[in-house]
Amino acid sequence: MRALLFLLACLAMPLSAEEVVLGLSQDEVSISTNFDGSEIIIYGAIKREAPIPQDDPLQVIVTISGPREPVTIRRKDRRFGIWVNTEGLSVSAAPSFYAIATSGTWAEVINEADDLRHTISIPRAIRSVGAWSQVDKPQEFLDALIRIKMNDGTYVLKENAVDLQQSTLFTTAIRMPANLTEGDYATRIFLTRGGKVISRYETSIDVRKVGLERWLFNLSRQQPLVYGLMSLAIAIAAGWGASAAFRLLRSG
Amino acid sequence: MQVYLPIAEVSVNAFLLLGLGGMVGVLSGMFGVGGGFLMTPLLFFIGIPPAVAVATEANQIVASSFSGVLAHLRRKTVDLKMGTVLLIGGLIGAALGVGVFNYLKSLGQVDLLVRLCYVLFLGVIGSLMFIESLNAIRKTKSGKPPARKKHNWVHGLPFKMRFRTSGLYISVIPPVLVGVLVGILAAIMGVGGGFIMVPAMIYLLGMPTKVVVGTSLFQIIFVTGFTTLLHATTNYTVDIVLAVLLLVGGVVGAQIGTVIGAKLKAEQLRILLALMVLAVCGKLALDLLIQPAELFSVGAEGH
Repeated sequence: MRALLFLLACLAMPLSAEEVVLGLSQDEVSISTNFDGSEIIIYGAIKREAPIPQDDPLQVIVTISGPREPVTIRRKDRRFGIWVNTEGLSVSAAPSFYAIATSGTWAEVINEADDLRHTISIPRAIRSVGAWSQVDKPQEFLDALIRIKMNDGTYVLKENAVDLQQSTLFTTAIRMPANLTEGDYATRIFLTRGGKVISRYETSIDVRKVGLERWLFNLSRQQPLVYGLMSLAIAIAAGWGASAAFRLLRSG
Repeated sequence: MQVYLPIAEVSVNAFLLLGLGGMVGVLSGMFGVGGGFLMTPLLFFIGIPPAVAVATEANQIVASSFSGVLAHLRRKTVDLKMGTVLLIGGLIGAALGVGVFNYLKSLGQVDLLVRLCYVLFLGVIGSLMFIESLNAIRKTKSGKPPARKKHNWVHGLPFKMRFRTSGLYISVIPPVLVGVLVGILAAIMGVGGGFIMVPAMIYLLGMPTKVVVGTSLFQIIFVTGFTTLLHATTNYTVDIVLAVLLLVGGVVGAQIGTVIGAKLKAEQLRILLALMVLAVCGKLALDLLIQPAELFSVGAEGH
């Protein structure tokens, strides 16, 4: 029921006076053998029928979210003098990658209620149902998840990183790291005024392994025995070949 | 040059992997050990997920031992019968080991298990080797040949079998047990287990030194091959791209290492190896004892 209301609310949102016309530097990312991350340029214009409203300044939020997957966060404690994993918290869905770029500071671009409604900020993007029944202080675990992911560059919050020209043209660059997982990366653009979302636009970026990477990965999942035997054969051939080549090199 | 590893799903520098393979190869050529016990922890340090490191290392060991076995077969320094008995134990052990590995992975304790195994075995073997080689140096200085016990409790067990190549008539129970232990280690630690098997064959089974290395390599190939298949089919963690890169570096490094090793004295080599084993052990032990900077860790569901 709530979902239905939400849907209606979305539809009822003024078929807004301001809408996004979007461009992406690329709408697919191919993970090939020499893949070393990718930078996506997101640019667009704001289409409007009426003159620019003069009340609150227009702000833009861009988010890119990797596929959601269940993760487990574990905490180490000292047991018998050594540090071992003790408590663990399972999170039902956390994005494998999540980047936010905004045109102003966080407080300027969005208010709490709209953040909750549109699940924009990083903590909102992580779905942790039933966390309280698993551990005493789930917030510590969730904070740790965000801290670890931000440190390794898979969660990114860049304030003032969207360049907005005359409330009409915007552009930003989001760097995607090398350790991407495959999937559809949901890309959302929100226009806000005074912390309220006035328009949203969604598209997706297709991240796929290609060529050899794709073939090896598929084989390892679909026919693991064949893959295992092939790995052994290739490794033996490579090992033998390399030592034979080296022997030839030394004798010749 | 970055290479994206399809199974590990991380991007690493290809030359770093070739270099690591080469470095460990040099050491393994110098000391005549497989080097798995060094490579697996090094792979942890450069950010390869432990499960992938262990499985891939098993695959690499098969390949790097293969040319060694061929050479030993040509020289007829492989006791095939003893190798087969060890192998039967090894296959049982590998199956047990992968079972334990997967169970602990579901509990989130696999990292601890792998590290504890390393600390324990490297510590014990390193210390024994260090004391042994110190004694050997002292004895060669005083001119007494090292004595070997001919009969111990091993010779009192039932199910005796004759091993012609080794010139032994002993019970099959001890070799099978040695095999099981090595199989478990291969599955859990991503090592060939030569560093356990070789001393066990010499001191426990009393096999002649000349057939020990060939026979252990023979057993290692099949056990690690079996382990690779088990990991590939149950965990999908064998990364062939990673294995090939390590391998190419490793084979070249091993050839260089053999040349260096031939120029050093056996006792000196053993002391060096013992010190290295103890150093790796110490580093891993410190990680367990000192409070980590980040108490939390994130893993995929059930990993």
